Amino acid sequence: MSMLTLKQSRRLQTVLIGGLAWLVALAIFFPIFWMILTSFKTEIDAFATPPQLFFTPTLENYVHIDARSDYFHFAWNSVVISFGSTLAGMLLAVPAAYSMAFFETKRTKSTLLWMLSTKMLPPVGVLVPIYLLFKDAGLLDTKTGLVIIYTLINLPIMVWMVYTYFKEIPKDILEAARLDGATPAQEIVRVLLPIGKGGLASTVLLSLILCWNEAFWSLNLTASSAAPLTAMVASYSSPEGLFWAKLSAVSTLACAPILIFGWLSQKQLVRGLSFGAVK
Amino acid sequence: MADLTIRNLKKSFEDIDIIKGIDLDIKDHEFVVFVGPSGCGKSTLLRLIAGLEEVTSGSIHLDDRDITDVAPAKRDLAMVFQTYALYPHMTVRKNMSFALELAGVDKAEIDRKVDEAAQILELGHLLDRKPKALSGGQRQRVAIGRSIVRHPKIFLFDEPLSNLDAALRVQMRLELARLHHELKATMIYVTHDQVEAMTLADKVVVLNGGHIEQVGSPLELYHHPVNAFVAGFIGTPKMAFLKGKVKKADRAGVTVQLDCGPEYQLPLDGSRLKAGEPVTFGMRPEHIEVTAADASPFKVTLDVTEHLGADTFCYVKAQNGETLTVRAGGDYGGRFGEQVGLIPDLAHCHLFDEKGRAVPKPGAPAQAA
Repeated sequence: MSMLTLKQSRRLQTVLIGGLAWLVALAIFFPIFWMILTSFKTEIDAFATPPQLFFTPTLENYVHIDARSDYFHFAWNSVVISFGSTLAGMLLAVPAAYSMAFFETKRTKSTLLWMLSTKMLPPVGVLVPIYLLFKDAGLLDTKTGLVIIYTLINLPIMVWMVYTYFKEIPKDILEAARLDGATPAQEIVRVLLPIGKGGLASTVLLSLILCWNEAFWSLNLTASSAAPLTAMVASYSSPEGLFWAKLSAVSTLACAPILIFGWLSQKQLVRGLSFGAVK
Repeated sequence: MADLTIRNLKKSFEDIDIIKGIDLDIKDHEFVVFVGPSGCGKSTLLRLIAGLEEVTSGSIHLDDRDITDVAPAKRDLAMVFQTYALYPHMTVRKNMSFALELAGVDKAEIDRKVDEAAQILELGHLLDRKPKALSGGQRQRVAIGRSIVRHPKIFLFDEPLSNLDAALRVQMRLELARLHHELKATMIYVTHDQVEAMTLADKVVVLNGGHIEQVGSPLELYHHPVNAFVAGFIGTPKMAFLKGKVKKADRAGVTVQLDCGPEYQLPLDGSRLKAGEPVTFGMRPEHIEVTAADASPFKVTLDVTEHLGADTFCYVKAQNGETLTVRAGGDYGGRFGEQVGLIPDLAHCHLFDEKGRAVPKPGAPAQAA
């Protein structure tokens, strides 16, 4: 093998890593691409073997969906539930993470792990008790009910994330604020939140995405009035048989808002998620 | 008025005692420096005074008010942190006015006080910058400015100069000394650097292992250390310690036979000592004269010599292997490996008993440790 100069080997490395990154990204994006493509096919084209890359696009699936279901009703539910649950989650996660990060005790680490361990429980294991609780409390098929359950399932991740960001903030700054006369609330609102806003924004984004995409609880706890977009998608995998093109179209409609949202905020999201790792 | 009184103060973290019972009085307008090796509890003591740590037992009084359990904000103290701890999202002006804003002081008054502090610290042209656009020295000044605007009863400094480079440290040290005179304030300053302690303090508190070894003015500590720890900690280069035995001791003097050869008679009150008792003989580098090998019974071998210009530090080895440092004149020309003699200035030498306690000068009042 011929020897490469340092410069050449660096360039080769860059090309290889870049190529690999593109490959992974394309593999991840392909299903979404195929879904969007299929949504513009006729049902017959959608079934065609071999799969067709070139076809005459049609909007008939979208027209069908518009006629059959009220997209904006579901979308509005998704928005209310996602933002409501994210707000509630942040209101709980910030004080919790504040006390864990700045008033650490011997039990803080195990509390964090315990909180995270609740995420390892299969949700279906508690479906029946929660269903019954919701039924008794009159929370079935209500947005409030979904906000509560989403907040609870995302809280461990939110606390953990916010805790990690807070850990990066020097304790001295908060102590300085305390000596300057700040109450705990002023300390959080006027010093901690402005300093940690990058990390908090990432947490908010992640929570919104998780809420938007959640399907298990929304399918089981809602019927129509509080049903979010995930429930609307599910209603298209019906006993009449699978209509791939229509299902693709409805999925595209359900994903579109959060995809656009994620695209617009990707800088913030990436910076936030790699906050602890890169440093 | 700002008299701080600390009584039997203790602090433990999860069964580990950090502060083991401290009594201390700090008077109005005093510049007090807590100094000691790392882990001696000096920062913890400062944080207890600030209210950033909870006291395990004991009390802290500011004037006649018990502040042991008072929230930090209500103690009327301001603190400058080692890391400056500026609010990164606020401008210099905001950093300095934050405390006043929280206290509900009116806008015109805040502006007046901030401008006044900015003028004292020459920060006027930086008021609209954020901390990240400032140099280390400027950040330090903002941190000080932030405490000045509040006119606190006591200023607390936690190793404020340790993040600065050597030249800037000297400059800031002078500024702090000047500030102390201008503000006529009570200041408590924590450092591990005994040069800072000596140059800044009216009163130095030497801490070791969670208790106070000695409290005194810089020169008291230098001339009359109460024990071997303080003697070794104060002074650069360090005091040399040589092992020896008491040959004869009474109220008028002590005769010591050093393990490395020579015998000296010291003008100390030896009434507590017995003949044959092991002692440590201490002498500072500046109290030793270098002479020809045959002109002194104390013969040593020159190791490395460091020429600093005005002084030369000679590291020498005694015949039994004990090492010590001698300060010689700037033009001293001794060579590596050369045999020389040492003549200690006995009036300035120290003697410590087996427990490390200083043997007192005749007629000197017994100093409490």
